[in-house]
Amino acid sequence: MTTMLDEKKYTANLPASELPEGGVWTEAGSSLMRKTGDWKVEQPVWDKAKCISCFTCWAYCPDSCMQIENGRMAGIDLEHCKGCGICANVCPPKVSAIKMEKAR
Amino acid sequence: MPVKTEVKQLVAAKTGNEAMAEAMRQIDPDVVAAYPITPATEIAQIFSSFVADGQVNTEMVTVESEHSALSACVGSAAAGARAMTATAAQGLMLMAEIMPIAAALRLPIVMPEVNRAISGPINIHCDHSDTMFCRDAGWIQIFSENTQEAYDNVLQAVRIAEHAKVRLPALVTTDGFIISHAMETIKILPDDEAKAFIGAYKANYSVLDAAHPITVGSIDLQNYYFEHRLPMINALKEAKAVIKQVGREFGEKYGRPYDLLEKYRMDDAETAIVCLGSTAGTAKDVVDALRDEGQKAGLLKIRVFRPFPVEDIAAVLAGLKAVAVLDRSDSLNGYGGPVFTEVCSALFNSIQKPKIVNYIYGLGGRDIDLHMLKSVYDRLASIKDGQDLGTIVDYLGARK
Repeated sequence: MTTMLDEKKYTANLPASELPEGGVWTEAGSSLMRKTGDWKVEQPVWDKAKCISCFTCWAYCPDSCMQIENGRMAGIDLEHCKGCGICANVCPPKVSAIKMEKAR
Repeated sequence: MPVKTEVKQLVAAKTGNEAMAEAMRQIDPDVVAAYPITPATEIAQIFSSFVADGQVNTEMVTVESEHSALSACVGSAAAGARAMTATAAQGLMLMAEIMPIAAALRLPIVMPEVNRAISGPINIHCDHSDTMFCRDAGWIQIFSENTQEAYDNVLQAVRIAEHAKVRLPALVTTDGFIISHAMETIKILPDDEAKAFIGAYKANYSVLDAAHPITVGSIDLQNYYFEHRLPMINALKEAKAVIKQVGREFGEKYGRPYDLLEKYRMDDAETAIVCLGSTAGTAKDVVDALRDEGQKAGLLKIRVFRPFPVEDIAAVLAGLKAVAVLDRSDSLNGYGGPVFTEVCSALFNSIQKPKIVNYIYGLGGRDIDLHMLKSVYDRLASIKDGQDLGTIVDYLGARK
């Protein structure tokens, strides 16, 4: 996925006079510019073979990191995943398609 | 300054809290989120009865704390709503974390606030320690001398806060119990006139505009934080001219003009007291009595403490012989009060400047009376032509 933002507008050194009031981001997609998942201690490992695409993890993930393609689970966005483990915890015990492992 | 006004105003007996709630009824904000605290409880309580009786279209959010009350205001204001809340003392302290956020997000939330001592010890009565604690939060701070001013200031605060050059939240304060619970005869604008004066609200942005998604309140590190603070700093500077213009317009239309400062018998004054809020009313009587005796005494009331009217204060005080700054709170800086230190700083670069002393007074609701204020003027008269200033910071009405 690519950002809808013109990254240069946000990463350059603009003066105060050229900034939008209140420090708001005036377009969507700012989170895609920052890799906020690189400090996690544990990371989820998804087993495609076991997954039944029930999307329970997708509903629970606080960072919207569960990736879906064509109506099926397709993977986890580890660049933004914080390693909280909720997905592994809510994955139905009979399925157990997500395990937490040491991230680094 | 009497000004002819065509607008027929309603004369009514109101307490400070009733007057501020009445102004809120006329403003008819989109959202009011509030949590009760003495002595401001009545403001939200009276307003909630307006909501229950269908007199306003406001969404009233009853939250679990003042922290939540201001957070709900920030959220709704960021969604484009005209939002208000009311509080005092510990309630303001609990809001303190959210106050600079409202300012930085440039959300023009208007908050009637009743000045009251902060704990401890526990106290519910008037001083300015709560408001002064939040003086650097980026909020405009307007102090009211009486119930009429409390009403007028709330209406003006909406215009000031929402002005395109300002877009900052504003506190309108009254002195706890002295104004909040004291009934006075005031003039109230007709509803349509009040609504016309404040005008329709046009929000700068909205997080609920799904067609134009935005992010509000994101993290902002070394590269941009500084640049995002500058417009807020500039807005406070710009606000001075806007406050003057709105106060002038209010005077032209309704006969009660306002400025950043009120100068009372200052034209040929040699000595003056500088103070905020209800004490100014008492001091005016003392000034009148001294003038009758032939003393050149005056009063400078600071109506707007934030933004601080540096230029105007220096212009008014520079030519005086002796000035006493009265602070209804102590900075706990091991020196003096917040008004004193800022007034001194305003005068520092003036070539000519008066002798200047500070009195901390009225903490926790301790009465300030005519005799005490007279003693301050007597002190000023005794030091104005001499060399010795004596004690610079003193405590008025305290048993030492």
